Amino acid sequence: MQVEHVLELNDIVVQFGQRTVLDHIDVAIEAGEFVGLIGPNGAGKTTLLRVILGLLSPNHGEVRVDGKSVRKRNRAIGYVPQKIHLDPDTPLRGRDLVGLGLDGHRFGVPLPSRKRRARIDEVLEAVDALRFADAPVGRLSGGEQQRLLIAQALLTDPKILLLDEPLSNLDIRSAHEVVRLVGRLGKERGIAVILVAHDMNPLLGHMDKVLYLAEGHAAMGEVDAVIQSEVLSRLYGYEVEVLRVRGRVLVVGGRDEEADVVDLLGGFHCGDHEDVMNS
Amino acid sequence: MGQFLQMVFPLDLITLPFMFHALLSGTVVAILSGLVGFFVILRGSSFVAHVLPKAGFAGAAGAVLLDINPLVGLVVFALGGALSIGMLGKRGRHDVVTALTLVVALGTGALFLTLNEHYATGAYALLFGQLVGVSLSQVLDTVVLGLVCVLILGVLYRPLLFASIMRDSAEARGISSRKLEMAFLIVVGLATAVTVPVVGALLSFSLMIGPAATARYLTRRPGTSLVCSVAIAILTIWAALVLGYDTSWPIGFFVSSISALLYGVVRVGASLQQRRVAGKTDAHVHPLDGVVGQK
Ligand SMILES: Nc1ncnc2c1ncn2[C@@H]1O[C@H](COP(=O)(O)OP(=O)(O)OP(=O)(O)O)[C@@H](O)[C@H]1O
Ligand SMILES: [Mg+2]
Repeated sequence: MQVEHVLELNDIVVQFGQRTVLDHIDVAIEAGEFVGLIGPNGAGKTTLLRVILGLLSPNHGEVRVDGKSVRKRNRAIGYVPQKIHLDPDTPLRGRDLVGLGLDGHRFGVPLPSRKRRARIDEVLEAVDALRFADAPVGRLSGGEQQRLLIAQALLTDPKILLLDEPLSNLDIRSAHEVVRLVGRLGKERGIAVILVAHDMNPLLGHMDKVLYLAEGHAAMGEVDAVIQSEVLSRLYGYEVEVLRVRGRVLVVGGRDEEADVVDLLGGFHCGDHEDVMNS
Repeated sequence: MGQFLQMVFPLDLITLPFMFHALLSGTVVAILSGLVGFFVILRGSSFVAHVLPKAGFAGAAGAVLLDINPLVGLVVFALGGALSIGMLGKRGRHDVVTALTLVVALGTGALFLTLNEHYATGAYALLFGQLVGVSLSQVLDTVVLGLVCVLILGVLYRPLLFASIMRDSAEARGISSRKLEMAFLIVVGLATAVTVPVVGALLSFSLMIGPAATARYLTRRPGTSLVCSVAIAILTIWAALVLGYDTSWPIGFFVSSISALLYGVVRVGASLQQRRVAGKTDAHVHPLDGVVGQK
Protein backbone atom coordinates (compact mmCIF):
# COMPACT_ATOMS: atom_id res chain seq x y z
CA MET A 1 0.00 0.00 0.00
CA GLN A 2 1.20 3.46 -0.86
CA VAL A 3 0.95 6.34 1.60
CA GLU A 4 -1.27 9.21 0.47
CA HIS A 5 0.92 12.18 -0.19
CA VAL A 6 -0.60 15.63 -0.01
CA LEU A 7 2.18 17.04 -2.17
CA GLU A 8 4.29 15.32 -4.79
CA LEU A 9 6.92 16.83 -7.02
CA ASN A 10 7.86 14.48 -9.81
CA ASP A 11 11.08 14.97 -11.70
CA ILE A 12 10.99 18.77 -11.63
CA VAL A 13 13.48 20.59 -13.85
CA VAL A 14 13.78 24.38 -13.93
CA GLN A 15 16.24 26.18 -16.14
CA PHE A 16 16.94 29.87 -16.44
CA GLY A 17 18.74 30.28 -19.73
CA GLN A 18 21.68 27.88 -19.67
CA ARG A 19 21.52 27.46 -15.91
CA THR A 20 19.73 24.49 -14.41
CA VAL A 21 18.49 25.64 -11.03
CA LEU A 22 16.45 22.55 -10.18
CA ASP A 23 17.79 19.35 -11.67
CA HIS A 24 15.29 16.46 -11.57
CA ILE A 25 13.83 17.04 -8.12
CA ASP A 26 11.50 14.44 -6.56
CA VAL A 27 9.74 15.24 -3.32
CA ALA A 28 6.78 13.67 -1.53
CA ILE A 29 5.22 15.14 1.58
CA GLU A 30 2.48 13.71 3.80
CA ALA A 31 -0.37 15.56 5.44
CA GLY A 32 0.66 17.28 8.66
CA GLU A 33 4.35 16.88 7.99
CA PHE A 34 6.70 19.75 8.90
CA VAL A 35 9.50 20.02 6.37
CA GLY A 36 12.40 22.43 6.64
CA LEU A 37 13.66 23.47 3.23
CA ILE A 38 17.32 24.30 3.73
CA GLY A 39 20.02 25.37 1.33
CA PRO A 40 22.61 28.03 0.57
CA ASN A 41 21.82 31.29 -1.28
CA GLY A 42 20.76 30.69 -4.85
CA ALA A 43 20.09 26.99 -4.28
CA GLY A 44 16.61 27.37 -5.73
CA LYS A 45 14.48 27.35 -2.59
CA THR A 46 12.30 30.25 -3.66
CA THR A 47 12.17 28.82 -7.17
CA LEU A 48 10.86 25.52 -5.78
CA LEU A 49 8.14 27.36 -3.83
CA ARG A 50 7.15 29.29 -6.95
CA VAL A 51 6.80 26.03 -8.84
CA ILE A 52 4.57 24.57 -6.13
CA LEU A 53 2.46 27.75 -6.10
CA GLY A 54 2.00 27.59 -9.85
CA LEU A 55 3.68 30.96 -10.35
CA LEU A 56 6.41 29.33 -12.42
CA SER A 57 5.87 26.41 -14.74
CA PRO A 58 8.79 24.00 -14.67
CA ASN A 59 10.62 23.01 -17.86
CA HIS A 60 9.86 19.42 -17.00
CA GLY A 61 7.99 17.43 -14.39
CA GLU A 62 4.72 17.84 -12.56
CA VAL A 63 3.30 18.99 -9.25
CA ARG A 64 0.59 16.89 -7.65
CA VAL A 65 -1.56 18.15 -4.81
CA ASP A 66 -3.75 15.50 -3.18
CA GLY A 67 -2.93 13.13 -6.01
CA LYS A 68 -4.18 15.51 -8.69
CA SER A 69 -1.86 17.17 -11.13
CA VAL A 70 -2.01 20.96 -10.83
CA ARG A 71 -0.85 23.60 -13.21
CA LYS A 72 -2.70 26.64 -12.05
CA ARG A 73 -2.82 28.37 -8.72
CA ASN A 74 -4.39 26.34 -6.03
CA ARG A 75 -6.47 27.32 -3.04
CA ALA A 76 -5.20 24.32 -1.12
CA ILE A 77 -1.84 26.03 -0.83
CA GLY A 78 -1.27 28.87 1.59
CA TYR A 79 1.65 31.16 1.02
CA VAL A 80 3.47 33.30 3.60
CA PRO A 81 5.83 35.81 2.00
CA GLN A 82 9.04 36.73 3.75
CA LYS A 83 8.15 40.30 4.61
CA ILE A 84 5.80 43.03 3.62
CA HIS A 85 7.02 46.53 3.05
CA LEU A 86 4.52 49.04 4.33
CA ASP A 87 5.21 52.47 5.63
CA PRO A 88 4.06 53.19 9.17
CA ASP A 89 1.18 55.41 8.12
CA THR A 90 -0.44 52.94 5.73
CA PRO A 91 -4.12 52.88 6.65
CA LEU A 92 -4.39 49.15 7.19
CA ARG A 93 -5.04 47.31 10.42
CA GLY A 94 -3.86 43.82 11.18
CA ARG A 95 -7.34 42.44 10.64
CA ASP A 96 -7.65 44.19 7.27
CA LEU A 97 -4.44 42.51 6.15
CA VAL A 98 -5.65 39.14 7.36
CA GLY A 99 -9.05 39.66 5.73
CA LEU A 100 -7.39 39.90 2.34
CA GLY A 101 -6.66 36.20 2.70
CA LEU A 102 -10.38 35.51 2.91
CA ASP A 103 -11.72 37.50 -0.01
CA GLY A 104 -8.91 39.73 -1.34
CA HIS A 105 -9.09 38.00 -4.72
CA ARG A 106 -12.80 38.79 -5.19
CA PHE A 107 -14.06 41.80 -7.05
CA GLY A 108 -15.92 44.59 -5.33
CA VAL A 109 -15.82 46.11 -1.87
CA PRO A 110 -15.80 43.95 1.29
CA LEU A 111 -19.06 44.08 3.19
CA PRO A 112 -18.69 43.68 6.92
CA SER A 113 -20.60 40.74 8.30
CA ARG A 114 -20.62 38.88 11.55
CA LYS A 115 -19.50 35.69 9.85
CA ARG A 116 -16.57 37.39 8.14
CA ARG A 117 -15.45 38.93 11.40
CA ALA A 118 -15.77 35.65 13.25
CA ARG A 119 -13.61 33.81 10.72
CA ILE A 120 -10.95 36.49 10.88
CA ASP A 121 -11.03 36.49 14.68
CA GLU A 122 -10.68 32.72 14.69
CA VAL A 123 -7.38 32.73 12.77
CA LEU A 124 -6.15 35.79 14.66
CA GLU A 125 -6.67 33.87 17.84
CA ALA A 126 -5.00 30.77 16.41
CA VAL A 127 -1.79 32.74 15.85
CA ASP A 128 -2.19 34.72 19.07
CA ALA A 129 -2.52 38.04 17.25
CA LEU A 130 -5.76 39.38 18.68
CA ARG A 131 -3.79 41.76 20.89
CA PHE A 132 -2.52 43.82 17.97
CA ALA A 133 -5.24 43.05 15.41
CA ASP A 134 -6.43 46.66 15.37
CA ALA A 135 -3.02 48.32 15.21
CA PRO A 136 -1.70 49.71 11.92
CA VAL A 137 0.29 46.92 10.25
CA GLY A 138 3.13 49.21 9.24
CA ARG A 139 3.96 49.89 12.87
CA LEU A 140 4.08 46.27 14.05
CA SER A 141 7.31 44.40 14.67
CA GLY A 142 8.62 41.78 12.24
CA GLY A 143 7.43 38.94 14.46
CA GLU A 144 3.96 40.42 14.84
CA GLN A 145 3.65 40.96 11.09
CA GLN A 146 4.78 37.38 10.55
CA ARG A 147 1.93 36.11 12.71
CA LEU A 148 -0.56 38.15 10.71
CA LEU A 149 0.79 36.78 7.45
CA ILE A 150 0.43 33.24 8.77
CA ALA A 151 -3.13 34.02 9.87
CA GLN A 152 -3.88 35.36 6.41
CA ALA A 153 -2.61 32.17 4.79
CA LEU A 154 -4.71 30.03 7.18
CA LEU A 155 -7.97 31.61 6.08
CA THR A 156 -8.34 29.47 2.98
CA ASP A 157 -8.03 26.27 5.04
CA PRO A 158 -4.95 25.20 3.12
CA LYS A 159 -3.65 21.64 3.05
CA ILE A 160 -0.15 22.92 2.46
CA LEU A 161 1.52 25.97 3.95
CA LEU A 162 4.59 27.43 2.29
CA LEU A 163 6.74 29.90 4.20
CA ASP A 164 9.66 31.62 2.47
CA GLU A 165 12.32 32.54 5.00
CA PRO A 166 9.89 33.64 7.70
CA LEU A 167 12.68 33.74 10.27
CA SER A 168 15.20 35.90 8.46
CA ASN A 169 14.17 39.20 10.04
CA LEU A 170 13.43 37.85 13.48
CA ASP A 171 15.49 37.73 16.63
CA ILE A 172 16.17 34.31 18.09
CA ARG A 173 13.25 34.37 20.48
CA SER A 174 10.65 35.45 17.91
CA ALA A 175 12.08 32.92 15.48
CA HIS A 176 11.52 30.13 18.00
CA GLU A 177 8.01 31.36 18.68
CA VAL A 178 7.12 31.40 14.99
CA VAL A 179 8.56 27.91 14.47
CA ARG A 180 6.64 26.58 17.44
CA LEU A 181 3.46 28.25 16.22
CA VAL A 182 3.77 26.86 12.72
CA GLY A 183 4.58 23.40 14.04
CA ARG A 184 1.54 23.45 16.33
CA LEU A 185 -0.83 24.71 13.62
CA GLY A 186 0.42 22.06 11.22
CA LYS A 187 -0.23 19.26 13.71
CA GLU A 188 -3.58 20.61 14.91
CA ARG A 189 -4.98 21.22 11.47
CA GLY A 190 -3.21 18.48 9.54
CA ILE A 191 -1.45 21.01 7.33
CA ALA A 192 1.78 20.04 5.63
CA VAL A 193 4.33 22.80 6.18
CA ILE A 194 7.33 23.69 4.07
CA LEU A 195 9.42 26.31 5.81
CA VAL A 196 12.42 27.80 4.02
CA ALA A 197 15.38 28.70 6.20
CA HIS A 198 19.08 29.35 5.80
CA ASP A 199 19.93 28.05 9.20
CA MET A 200 18.32 24.80 10.26
CA ASN A 201 19.09 25.18 13.94
CA PRO A 202 15.92 26.97 15.01
CA LEU A 203 13.98 24.15 13.34
CA LEU A 204 15.74 21.26 15.09
CA GLY A 205 13.31 19.39 17.27
CA HIS A 206 10.31 20.85 15.45
CA MET A 207 10.65 19.68 11.87
CA ASP A 208 9.80 16.14 10.91
CA LYS A 209 12.00 16.11 7.86
CA VAL A 210 14.60 18.20 6.18
CA LEU A 211 14.64 18.90 2.46
CA TYR A 212 18.16 19.93 1.63
CA LEU A 213 18.78 21.72 -1.64
CA ALA A 214 22.22 22.35 -3.13
CA GLU A 215 23.61 22.68 -6.64
CA GLY A 216 20.24 21.80 -8.14
CA HIS A 217 19.93 18.52 -6.25
CA ALA A 218 17.75 17.62 -3.31
CA ALA A 219 17.92 15.19 -0.43
CA MET A 220 14.99 14.63 1.87
CA GLY A 221 14.53 12.62 5.03
CA GLU A 222 14.92 12.68 8.78
CA VAL A 223 17.40 15.26 9.96
CA ASP A 224 19.91 12.70 11.24
CA ALA A 225 19.83 10.75 7.99
CA VAL A 226 20.27 13.74 5.67
CA ILE A 227 22.57 16.01 7.61
CA GLN A 228 25.58 13.77 7.17
CA SER A 229 28.91 14.64 5.65
CA GLU A 230 28.59 11.99 2.89
CA VAL A 231 25.04 12.91 1.90
CA LEU A 232 25.70 16.63 1.69
CA SER A 233 29.04 16.14 -0.04
CA ARG A 234 27.22 14.18 -2.73
CA LEU A 235 24.70 17.03 -3.10
CA TYR A 236 27.28 19.77 -3.30
CA GLY A 237 29.52 17.72 -5.53
CA TYR A 238 32.48 18.50 -3.33
CA GLU A 239 33.58 17.72 0.15
CA VAL A 240 31.62 19.33 2.97
CA GLU A 241 31.61 18.46 6.61
CA VAL A 242 28.84 18.44 9.17
CA LEU A 243 29.85 19.57 12.62
CA ARG A 244 27.65 19.07 15.64
CA VAL A 245 28.38 21.41 18.47
CA ARG A 246 26.32 21.48 21.66
CA GLY A 247 23.29 20.12 19.90
CA ARG A 248 23.60 22.53 17.02
CA VAL A 249 24.50 21.73 13.45
CA LEU A 250 27.03 23.52 11.29
CA VAL A 251 27.81 22.66 7.70
CA VAL A 252 31.28 23.72 6.61
CA GLY A 253 33.11 23.45 3.31
CA GLY A 254 36.27 21.45 2.65
CA ARG A 255 38.62 19.40 4.81
CA ASP A 256 41.49 21.74 4.05
CA GLU A 257 43.28 22.33 7.36
CA GLU A 258 44.64 25.69 6.27
CA ALA A 259 41.37 27.06 4.97
CA ASP A 260 39.04 29.09 7.10
CA VAL A 261 35.85 27.47 8.13
CA VAL A 262 33.37 28.39 5.44
CA ASP A 263 29.86 28.58 6.67
CA LEU A 264 27.80 27.37 3.77
CA LEU A 265 24.55 28.15 5.43
CA GLY A 266 25.33 31.69 6.46
CA GLY A 267 23.12 31.15 9.44
CA PHE A 268 25.71 31.42 12.17
CA HIS A 269 26.72 34.65 13.74
CA CYS A 270 30.26 35.59 14.60
CA GLY A 271 29.88 34.49 18.15
CA ASP A 272 28.82 31.01 17.09
CA HIS A 273 31.75 30.83 14.74
CA GLU A 274 34.20 31.49 17.49
CA ASP A 275 32.49 28.86 19.58
CA VAL A 276 33.21 26.34 16.88
CA MET A 277 36.82 27.38 16.50
CA ASN A 278 37.51 27.28 20.21
CA SER A 279 35.87 24.04 21.08
CA MET B 1 -19.72 86.36 10.58
CA GLY B 2 -22.72 85.88 8.35
CA GLN B 3 -21.83 89.03 6.53
CA PHE B 4 -18.28 87.87 6.04
CA LEU B 5 -19.47 84.53 4.65
CA GLN B 6 -21.86 86.32 2.38
CA MET B 7 -18.92 88.35 1.10
CA VAL B 8 -16.62 85.38 0.45
CA PHE B 9 -19.33 83.06 -0.76
CA PRO B 10 -22.52 84.79 -1.83
CA LEU B 11 -25.14 82.06 -2.04
CA ASP B 12 -26.43 83.24 -5.38
CA LEU B 13 -22.99 82.28 -6.69
CA ILE B 14 -24.37 78.82 -7.32
CA THR B 15 -27.09 80.23 -9.51
CA LEU B 16 -24.48 81.62 -11.87
CA PRO B 17 -24.40 78.97 -14.60
CA PHE B 18 -20.62 78.93 -15.00
CA MET B 19 -20.10 78.65 -11.25
CA PHE B 20 -22.67 75.90 -11.04
CA HIS B 21 -20.90 74.01 -13.83
CA ALA B 22 -17.52 74.52 -12.21
CA LEU B 23 -18.75 73.32 -8.81
CA LEU B 24 -20.39 70.29 -10.38
CA SER B 25 -17.41 69.15 -12.40
CA GLY B 26 -15.12 70.13 -9.56
CA THR B 27 -17.01 67.78 -7.25
CA VAL B 28 -16.77 64.90 -9.71
CA VAL B 29 -13.07 65.59 -10.15
CA ALA B 30 -12.55 65.70 -6.39
CA ILE B 31 -14.32 62.39 -5.77
CA LEU B 32 -12.21 60.79 -8.43
CA SER B 33 -8.95 62.32 -7.26
CA GLY B 34 -9.61 61.28 -3.68
CA LEU B 35 -10.25 57.67 -4.68
CA VAL B 36 -7.42 57.36 -7.18
CA GLY B 37 -5.00 59.17 -4.87
CA PHE B 38 -5.53 56.56 -2.14
CA PHE B 39 -4.21 53.84 -4.44
CA VAL B 40 -1.56 56.05 -6.03
CA ILE B 41 0.03 56.57 -2.60
CA LEU B 42 -0.45 52.96 -1.56
CA ARG B 43 1.35 51.79 -4.70
CA GLY B 44 4.00 54.48 -4.52
CA SER B 45 3.19 55.77 -7.99
CA SER B 46 3.05 59.50 -7.28
CA PHE B 47 5.50 60.11 -10.10
CA VAL B 48 3.04 58.61 -12.60
CA ALA B 49 0.29 60.85 -11.23
CA HIS B 50 2.62 63.79 -11.71
CA VAL B 51 3.50 62.94 -15.31
CA LEU B 52 0.15 61.99 -16.86
CA PRO B 53 -1.40 65.49 -16.57
CA LYS B 54 1.52 66.85 -18.58
CA ALA B 55 0.88 64.23 -21.26
CA GLY B 56 -2.78 65.24 -21.20
CA PHE B 57 -1.80 68.88 -21.58
CA ALA B 58 0.20 68.10 -24.72
CA GLY B 59 -2.79 66.18 -26.07
CA ALA B 60 -5.15 69.06 -25.43
CA ALA B 61 -2.79 71.50 -27.14
CA GLY B 62 -2.63 69.13 -30.12
CA ALA B 63 -6.42 68.83 -30.23
CA VAL B 64 -6.80 72.60 -30.31
CA LEU B 65 -4.33 72.71 -33.19
CA LEU B 66 -6.45 70.17 -35.10
CA ASP B 67 -9.59 72.03 -34.06
CA ILE B 68 -11.21 69.13 -32.20
CA ASN B 69 -12.55 68.83 -28.65
CA PRO B 70 -9.60 69.32 -26.26
CA LEU B 71 -10.98 66.61 -23.98
CA VAL B 72 -10.38 64.09 -26.79
CA GLY B 73 -6.74 65.12 -26.96
CA LEU B 74 -6.50 64.98 -23.17
CA VAL B 75 -7.95 61.48 -22.97
CA VAL B 76 -5.88 60.12 -25.86
CA PHE B 77 -2.58 61.44 -24.56
CA ALA B 78 -3.18 60.69 -20.90
CA LEU B 79 -4.27 57.16 -21.74
CA GLY B 80 -1.40 56.75 -24.20
CA GLY B 81 1.03 57.83 -21.51
CA ALA B 82 -0.55 55.47 -18.98
CA LEU B 83 -0.45 52.51 -21.36
CA SER B 84 3.14 53.08 -22.41
CA ILE B 85 4.24 53.41 -18.80
CA GLY B 86 2.39 50.19 -17.98
CA MET B 87 3.67 48.21 -20.92
CA LEU B 88 7.30 49.32 -20.82
CA GLY B 89 7.67 49.22 -17.04
CA LYS B 90 8.97 46.05 -15.46
CA ARG B 91 7.43 44.33 -12.47
CA GLY B 92 6.03 47.46 -10.93
CA ARG B 93 9.18 49.49 -11.51
CA HIS B 94 8.56 52.23 -14.01
CA ASP B 95 10.33 55.39 -12.94
CA VAL B 96 12.58 55.45 -16.02
CA VAL B 97 9.78 55.05 -18.59
CA THR B 98 7.71 57.54 -16.61
CA ALA B 99 10.50 60.10 -16.82
CA LEU B 100 10.81 59.49 -20.55
CA THR B 101 7.04 59.93 -20.96
CA LEU B 102 7.31 63.26 -19.16
CA VAL B 103 10.06 64.48 -21.46
CA VAL B 104 8.23 63.42 -24.62
CA ALA B 105 4.98 64.98 -23.36
CA LEU B 106 6.57 68.33 -22.52
CA GLY B 107 8.42 68.34 -25.84
CA THR B 108 5.33 67.73 -27.96
CA GLY B 109 3.34 70.14 -25.82
CA ALA B 110 5.89 72.87 -26.51
CA LEU B 111 5.77 72.13 -30.22
CA PHE B 112 1.96 72.22 -30.40
CA LEU B 113 1.87 75.50 -28.53
CA THR B 114 4.39 77.10 -30.85
CA LEU B 115 2.53 75.93 -33.94
CA ASN B 116 -0.66 77.47 -32.61
CA GLU B 117 0.03 81.15 -32.14
CA HIS B 118 -3.38 82.25 -30.91
CA TYR B 119 -3.72 79.73 -28.14
CA ALA B 120 -1.88 81.48 -25.33
CA THR B 121 -4.88 82.13 -23.05
CA GLY B 122 -6.28 78.64 -23.60
CA ALA B 123 -2.92 77.19 -22.75
CA TYR B 124 -2.76 79.27 -19.60
CA ALA B 125 -6.14 77.89 -18.51
CA LEU B 126 -5.03 74.34 -19.24
CA LEU B 127 -1.87 74.79 -17.24
CA PHE B 128 -3.32 76.50 -14.20
CA GLY B 129 -7.01 75.61 -14.25
CA GLN B 130 -9.99 77.75 -15.15
CA LEU B 131 -13.24 78.76 -13.59
CA VAL B 132 -15.20 80.36 -16.38
CA GLY B 133 -16.19 78.84 -19.67
CA VAL B 134 -17.00 75.32 -18.47
CA SER B 135 -19.96 74.42 -20.67
CA LEU B 136 -22.77 72.06 -19.74
CA SER B 137 -21.62 69.50 -22.29
CA GLN B 138 -18.14 69.59 -20.73
CA VAL B 139 -19.71 68.97 -17.36
CA LEU B 140 -21.58 65.98 -18.76
CA ASP B 141 -18.36 64.58 -20.27
CA THR B 142 -16.74 64.90 -16.86
CA VAL B 143 -19.61 63.19 -15.10
CA VAL B 144 -19.68 60.26 -17.53
CA LEU B 145 -15.91 59.68 -17.48
CA GLY B 146 -15.89 60.11 -13.72
CA LEU B 147 -18.63 57.52 -13.26
CA VAL B 148 -16.75 55.04 -15.43
CA CYS B 149 -13.63 55.46 -13.30
CA VAL B 150 -15.47 55.16 -10.00
CA LEU B 151 -17.17 52.02 -11.25
CA ILE B 152 -13.90 50.41 -12.32
CA LEU B 153 -12.29 51.28 -8.98
CA GLY B 154 -15.26 49.86 -7.10
CA VAL B 155 -15.00 46.58 -8.95
CA LEU B 156 -11.22 46.33 -8.58
CA TYR B 157 -11.09 47.56 -4.99
CA ARG B 158 -10.18 44.33 -3.20
CA PRO B 159 -7.74 42.76 -5.67
CA LEU B 160 -6.09 46.13 -6.20
CA LEU B 161 -5.64 46.60 -2.46
CA PHE B 162 -4.32 43.05 -2.13
CA ALA B 163 -1.86 43.30 -5.02
CA SER B 164 -0.69 46.77 -3.99
CA ILE B 165 0.22 45.57 -0.53
CA MET B 166 1.52 42.07 -1.21
CA ARG B 167 2.10 41.31 -4.82
CA ASP B 168 3.38 37.74 -4.51
CA SER B 169 0.64 36.56 -2.20
CA ALA B 170 -1.98 38.12 -4.46
CA GLU B 171 -0.51 36.35 -7.48
CA ALA B 172 -0.43 33.10 -5.56
CA ARG B 173 -4.18 33.58 -5.08
CA GLY B 174 -4.74 33.90 -8.80
CA ILE B 175 -4.69 37.67 -9.18
CA SER B 176 -2.87 38.90 -12.26
CA SER B 177 -0.98 41.88 -10.93
CA ARG B 178 0.06 42.83 -14.44
CA LYS B 179 -3.52 43.18 -15.71
CA LEU B 180 -4.52 44.98 -12.55
CA GLU B 181 -1.71 47.43 -12.98
CA MET B 182 -2.75 48.20 -16.55
CA ALA B 183 -6.36 48.69 -15.48
CA PHE B 184 -5.28 50.99 -12.67
CA LEU B 185 -3.05 53.06 -14.95
CA ILE B 186 -5.95 53.47 -17.36
CA VAL B 187 -8.09 54.79 -14.51
CA VAL B 188 -5.33 57.21 -13.50
CA GLY B 189 -5.14 58.36 -17.12
CA LEU B 190 -8.89 58.95 -17.37
CA ALA B 191 -9.03 60.65 -13.99
CA THR B 192 -6.22 62.91 -15.12
CA ALA B 193 -8.05 63.80 -18.30
CA VAL B 194 -11.09 65.07 -16.40
CA THR B 195 -9.05 66.82 -13.70
CA VAL B 196 -6.79 68.87 -15.94
CA PRO B 197 -9.45 71.20 -17.40
CA VAL B 198 -10.61 72.21 -13.92
CA VAL B 199 -7.42 72.33 -11.86
CA GLY B 200 -4.80 72.66 -14.58
CA ALA B 201 -2.07 70.32 -15.77
CA LEU B 202 0.71 71.71 -13.62
CA LEU B 203 -1.04 71.33 -10.28
CA SER B 204 -3.79 68.76 -10.79
CA PHE B 205 -1.81 66.01 -9.17
CA SER B 206 -1.79 67.97 -5.92
CA LEU B 207 -5.49 67.12 -5.70
CA MET B 208 -4.65 63.43 -6.09
CA ILE B 209 -1.80 63.33 -3.60
CA GLY B 210 -2.69 65.96 -1.00
CA PRO B 211 -6.07 64.75 0.31
CA ALA B 212 -5.11 61.07 0.19
CA ALA B 213 -1.86 61.76 2.04
CA THR B 214 -3.71 63.83 4.63
CA ALA B 215 -6.30 61.10 5.15
CA ARG B 216 -3.57 58.66 6.16
CA TYR B 217 -3.07 60.62 9.36
CA LEU B 218 -6.75 60.57 10.24
CA THR B 219 -7.54 56.87 10.33
CA ARG B 220 -6.02 53.46 10.21
CA ARG B 221 -8.83 51.80 8.25
CA PRO B 222 -8.60 51.57 4.47
CA GLY B 223 -12.30 52.24 3.87
CA THR B 224 -12.45 55.21 6.23
CA SER B 225 -9.25 56.54 4.72
CA LEU B 226 -10.86 56.47 1.26
CA VAL B 227 -13.89 58.35 2.52
CA CYS B 228 -11.73 60.96 4.30
CA SER B 229 -9.61 61.38 1.22
CA VAL B 230 -12.68 62.07 -0.94
CA ALA B 231 -14.17 64.44 1.63
CA ILE B 232 -10.96 66.44 1.92
CA ALA B 233 -10.64 66.63 -1.86
CA ILE B 234 -14.21 67.95 -2.20
CA LEU B 235 -13.68 70.58 0.49
CA THR B 236 -10.41 71.60 -1.14
CA ILE B 237 -11.88 72.07 -4.58
CA TRP B 238 -14.96 73.93 -3.33
CA ALA B 239 -12.81 76.32 -1.35
CA ALA B 240 -10.48 76.74 -4.31
CA LEU B 241 -13.32 77.48 -6.72
CA VAL B 242 -14.92 80.06 -4.44
CA LEU B 243 -11.60 81.73 -3.63
CA GLY B 244 -10.73 81.63 -7.33
CA TYR B 245 -13.98 83.46 -8.06
CA ASP B 246 -13.31 86.05 -5.35
CA THR B 247 -9.75 86.79 -6.37
CA SER B 248 -9.63 85.61 -10.01
CA TRP B 249 -6.34 83.95 -9.14
CA PRO B 250 -5.69 80.52 -10.72
CA ILE B 251 -7.64 77.55 -9.30
CA GLY B 252 -4.49 75.45 -9.35
CA PHE B 253 -2.83 77.84 -6.93
CA PHE B 254 -5.63 77.47 -4.41
CA VAL B 255 -5.95 73.73 -4.78
CA SER B 256 -2.25 73.13 -4.23
CA SER B 257 -1.85 75.55 -1.34
CA ILE B 258 -4.99 74.37 0.45
CA SER B 259 -3.94 70.70 0.10
CA ALA B 260 -0.46 71.46 1.35
CA LEU B 261 -1.80 73.48 4.25
CA LEU B 262 -4.26 70.78 5.30
CA TYR B 263 -1.56 68.15 5.05
CA GLY B 264 0.79 70.20 7.18
CA VAL B 265 -1.76 70.96 9.86
CA VAL B 266 -3.01 67.38 10.14
CA ARG B 267 0.49 65.95 10.18
CA VAL B 268 1.69 68.28 12.92
CA GLY B 269 -1.49 67.55 14.87
CA ALA B 270 -0.93 63.81 14.48
CA SER B 271 2.63 63.93 15.74
CA LEU B 272 1.69 66.11 18.69
CA GLN B 273 -1.10 63.72 19.55
CA GLN B 274 1.21 60.75 19.19
CA ARG B 275 3.77 62.25 21.53
CA ARG B 276 1.06 62.73 24.10
CA VAL B 277 -0.30 59.22 23.67
CA ALA B 278 3.16 57.61 23.63
CA GLY B 279 3.79 59.02 27.08
CA LYS B 280 0.74 57.26 28.46
CA THR B 281 0.27 53.90 26.77
CA ASP B 282 1.88 51.55 24.27
CA ALA B 283 2.85 52.60 20.78
CA HIS B 284 0.09 50.69 19.01
CA VAL B 285 -2.48 53.33 19.78
CA HIS B 286 -3.24 55.39 16.73
CA PRO B 287 -2.42 59.09 17.15
CA LEU B 288 -5.85 60.41 16.26
CA ASP B 289 -8.00 57.73 17.82
CA GLY B 290 -9.74 60.03 20.23
CA VAL B 291 -9.92 62.87 17.76
CA VAL B 292 -11.69 61.05 14.95
CA GLY B 293 -13.69 59.07 17.41
CA GLN B 294 -13.58 55.56 15.98
CA LYS B 295 -14.79 52.59 17.91
N1 LIG C 1 13.40 34.75 -13.05
C1 LIG C 1 14.67 34.36 -13.02
N2 LIG C 1 15.46 34.52 -14.11
C2 LIG C 1 16.74 34.12 -14.09
N3 LIG C 1 17.34 33.54 -13.06
C3 LIG C 1 16.62 33.33 -11.94
C4 LIG C 1 15.25 33.74 -11.87
N4 LIG C 1 14.78 33.42 -10.64
C5 LIG C 1 15.81 32.85 -9.99
N5 LIG C 1 16.91 32.80 -10.76
C6 LIG C 1 18.19 32.20 -10.38
O1 LIG C 1 17.94 30.94 -9.86
C7 LIG C 1 18.79 30.68 -8.76
C8 LIG C 1 17.96 30.22 -7.59
O2 LIG C 1 17.22 31.33 -7.11
P1 LIG C 1 16.31 31.24 -5.83
O3 LIG C 1 15.77 32.58 -5.64
O4 LIG C 1 15.37 30.11 -6.00
O5 LIG C 1 17.37 30.89 -4.71
P2 LIG C 1 17.12 30.74 -3.16
O6 LIG C 1 17.53 29.37 -2.77
O7 LIG C 1 15.76 31.16 -2.80
O8 LIG C 1 18.21 31.77 -2.61
P3 LIG C 1 18.13 32.75 -1.35
O9 LIG C 1 18.56 31.96 -0.19
O10 LIG C 1 19.16 33.79 -1.68
O11 LIG C 1 16.75 33.29 -1.26
C9 LIG C 1 19.58 31.94 -8.50
O12 LIG C 1 20.87 31.76 -9.01
C10 LIG C 1 18.85 32.99 -9.29
O13 LIG C 1 19.77 33.90 -9.81
MG1 LIG D 1 14.87 32.80 -1.69
